[in-house]
Amino acid sequence: MSQHEITFTVNGESQSATVAARLTLVDFLRDALRLTGTHAGCEHGVCGACSVLLDGVPVRSCLTLAVQADGSEIVTVEGLAPEPGTLGILQDSFWETHALQCGFCTSGMLIASHALLAANASPTEDEIREAIGGNLCRCTGYKQIVDAIALAAERLRGSNLPAKEAADDER
Amino acid sequence: MKAAEFDYVRVASVEAACRALAEAGGDGKILAGGQTLVPMLAMRLLRPTLLVDVNRVASLQVIVAGGGEIVIGAGTRQSDALADEIVRRDLPLLAKALGFVGHVQTRNRGTVGGSIANADPAAEIALAALALDCEIVAQSVRGVRTIPIARFFQGAMTTALAADECLVELHFPAAPSGGGRGCGFHEVASRHSDFALAAAAVQLALDGEGACRSVAIAVGGVGGAPLRIDAATERLRGTTLAAEDLAAAAAIVREVVEPASDLHASADYRRRVAGALVERALLDARSEALAGRN
Repeated sequence: MSQHEITFTVNGESQSATVAARLTLVDFLRDALRLTGTHAGCEHGVCGACSVLLDGVPVRSCLTLAVQADGSEIVTVEGLAPEPGTLGILQDSFWETHALQCGFCTSGMLIASHALLAANASPTEDEIREAIGGNLCRCTGYKQIVDAIALAAERLRGSNLPAKEAADDER
Repeated sequence: MKAAEFDYVRVASVEAACRALAEAGGDGKILAGGQTLVPMLAMRLLRPTLLVDVNRVASLQVIVAGGGEIVIGAGTRQSDALADEIVRRDLPLLAKALGFVGHVQTRNRGTVGGSIANADPAAEIALAALALDCEIVAQSVRGVRTIPIARFFQGAMTTALAADECLVELHFPAAPSGGGRGCGFHEVASRHSDFALAAAAVQLALDGEGACRSVAIAVGGVGGAPLRIDAATERLRGTTLAAEDLAAAAAIVREVVEPASDLHASADYRRRVAGALVERALLDARSEALAGRN
């Protein structure tokens, strides 16, 4: 079994390691870097819980080998918060609309919806459902998750307004 | 669920990939998007000794049009193909099919060639490629050869590729030029983006009087490999695709296909659905052609 030297960026920090060829990216993130916000669900590419951003696009980290991430930029759910212990607008919207119960799918949902909102500031409900179509949730029935993403889109659009207009919107 | 041990090599050229496969003596596997290969490794359905990673071979990720054909590099990401201007303009049937493939996350890694090499009987890309009569270019240390897609699929997950061959390019004939062209793609799946229980792909061209100049029909999910329905094509050529013509084509589809029953759907259901989907795809294609859209 071959061993490989890899260097990549995770949430803005450079990381180097020696990994076995068969080690998946999700296992590396969780076990070596202790970034346990990314969840290992089905481990064969069906559930979406392990979604991370690889060079800016959402992928399944259980279907990507750690060695394949060499030289790339990874963002995990830990990288979505402005700083540790705080919530971004998207995460806060999930909280507000009760978009999580057990929370197992949440990190994957956040990554998928973050990628959607980065590319599309005003998604339709169909576009939201398409974007999270590869992420399974067994608790919510998806309704609150779709609501959360729509709410986050609205708030993110608002946050780009000049301060005065945003304040007028509040009233 | 963890893969058994294997060696890994990342290559920078198709030649290097072919050499690595040759040295592995039949136990090597190309790693492209990995969206089917990696789960199969995790479930230990496959135990290759070597994975040859072609993700950074730039020559495999190109889409070019010219000389009456469109060439898609086998390693082109499904998401890149779906967003590509050439694909949308010249291969609208493939663009429609790509919208049904997997999810955002899997399309961002999965490749056009990988889906064809994998040869799942219900895969949408393989179905569109068959309807469009694409040619497949494969390379090994023994040389380069071109395989017509009609001879490529040999059954479920089985293709004409040898163990030491790397799929390099897909050559699609450019769609019929001028107005009056249309295509349709329909499938029934338990959820959008799941593999199809049955699927149909159609591309056609009408003449100035609205009669059918050419038509290609293929169905997927209803046998070991996607299937062209040439008898239905014969029945439709020269007609105006009136309701009775479409019904006759659907009847031919139901006669020709030999689907299997499984947990998800009975053979009889798949047969009836295949006929209905061909009819719908023909209707879409005809409307598009009449509207003079591409």
